[in-house]
Amino acid sequence: MPLLVLLSYAAPRVPVDWSPLRISVETSIAATIVTFFAGLAAAAWRQGRRGPATAIVDGICLLPLVLPPTVVGFFLLLLFGRNGPLGKILLSLGASIVFSWPATVIAAAVVAFPLMYLSSRAALEQVDLRFLEAARTLGASEWRVFHAVALPLAWPGVLAGTILSFARALGEFGATLMLAGNIPGKTATIPIAIYFAVESDDMRHAIAWCLADVAISLVLLGGVYYGTHARVRAGRP
Amino acid sequence: MALTRASARAGPEMPLEVQIEKKLPEFTLDVAFTAGDEPLSVLGPSGSGKSMLLRCIAGLERANRGRVALGGRTLFDSSEGIRVPARERRVGMLFQHFALFPHMTVGENIAFGLAELSANEQQRRVAAVLERTHITGLEGRYPRQISGGEQQRAALARALAIDPEAILLDEPLSALDTHLRSQMEAQLQETFAAYRGPALLVTHNIEEAYRLAEKMLVLSRGRVAAFGARDEIFRRPPSLEVARLTGCKNFSGARTVSPGIVDALDWGCRLRVDHEMTKLASHVGIRAHELQLTETGGAIPAENEFPCWLVRSSPTPFRVTVYLSLRGPGPEEKGAASFDLQAELTKEKWRHICDRPMPWHVRLPPESIFLLPG
Repeated sequence: MPLLVLLSYAAPRVPVDWSPLRISVETSIAATIVTFFAGLAAAAWRQGRRGPATAIVDGICLLPLVLPPTVVGFFLLLLFGRNGPLGKILLSLGASIVFSWPATVIAAAVVAFPLMYLSSRAALEQVDLRFLEAARTLGASEWRVFHAVALPLAWPGVLAGTILSFARALGEFGATLMLAGNIPGKTATIPIAIYFAVESDDMRHAIAWCLADVAISLVLLGGVYYGTHARVRAGRP
Repeated sequence: MALTRASARAGPEMPLEVQIEKKLPEFTLDVAFTAGDEPLSVLGPSGSGKSMLLRCIAGLERANRGRVALGGRTLFDSSEGIRVPARERRVGMLFQHFALFPHMTVGENIAFGLAELSANEQQRRVAAVLERTHITGLEGRYPRQISGGEQQRAALARALAIDPEAILLDEPLSALDTHLRSQMEAQLQETFAAYRGPALLVTHNIEEAYRLAEKMLVLSRGRVAAFGARDEIFRRPPSLEVARLTGCKNFSGARTVSPGIVDALDWGCRLRVDHEMTKLASHVGIRAHELQLTETGGAIPAENEFPCWLVRSSPTPFRVTVYLSLRGPGPEEKGAASFDLQAELTKEKWRHICDRPMPWHVRLPPESIFLLPG
């Protein structure tokens, strides 16, 4: 019954604006790609290292997880704003990030980064050192040790981190609003669009976008389920 | 692998020269030895630094000081700041639990070290080592799909495939079931026979160490306790420690009476010994299987023959270990733990003697007694 009520709201009287869905998916995919490589690189660098440098790197990497997203967004604004260090450089190149689509990607990537970093670091640490040592005695370069031995063995954890990052990027609201604002058709992702729709009493759009979000989440969960079970069927570790 | 085998410098250099110092939490590993183109077993109790020694040679650990040279190449030299990374050392290492990559087939595992060769050459080499290790046909299987012995062979094949200048084996048989051990021992013997280069075998098993190599290095708390021909080490252990580590069970404090005659203080008897150098000896020892047991002595007691009483016996599958007291009968008076000598008998000998009245007689052949410095 509630579903019918919801559907009646969503029934097209005037066409629904689906741009937030497109923006959200594009942003999440772009942010996940950025986060995948950055998080994995940081985790790989961290592997087998100890000492004060790693503690500092750990702290910086995990900060976005601990801070409220609005604070992260505020810092990013200071960094990329007109008078920020990175903002000035970009401006001299004729580009401005704030309130543009790339800003949604930056905000989502920064907020999702700790999840990718933590998951892949844990997964890489789980890999038995003897495999890496065996690879070295067999003449493999450090890069080959990483991509041919460590990464495949850590893959389930790395994959989990990637999915978590995508989910986090999809749900990102606070930092995105601070850095990218709410420009319909440009920076308005689903969470932001929903917020402003509800604020302006546009329940029809709010519900349509909510359902879109639910649909994406279900597809994602289905993919995770299929992925893990496919591995089991194939008998891979 | 674009590695040049540096031409050997003048002089008779051994293929493998090792002199390293490495600080460990409990003690300092301080070892120097050379190895020729033949197997060398490294015997030592667990925690004596044997594995660390292999890891330093393979380049997986950095020694604090010293030098490692292999086939004329300097792999490590602390004074010259040379430290060749593990990947360029061309050392085939067999890990204790094999360390086969679980996400690769046996064939892919073996070909892993051959990445720079053409596909054809890789195939040819993989086929060759599969044949050498008797696992042809398993190249398509994953490590978890084959038995422990086959995994061992696959790991050996992988190490041999890179045509290493030395092979290092870390407790190769300890992860195997007993019935597989003798098979793998035969495989290792075959491999050693065909291999031209230094082969180091680390083990805590005295029999393995003895059977697999004629040269032996005994490690104790990071130091070389003995190094040389295995038969010499077993016949004349240079110290009490080495005698113990090579499985000798009977020891006694000793005092020299005159050249060739010592008093065994703990056993309470006077012994004639074959060695001339009795002066430095603080202990005497004899291996359990060298003791000769008879039910009655002759009318005139033979040399080094003493009456003895059985304290207890303990059977093993093919032999019986008997614990003997040289000072009167029975465990009742002295406590069960009080025995002087431990002897090993065949089951047949045991059946023959076990019902005879005591005292029996035990003889310590002079040529089997070793004298040990303190």
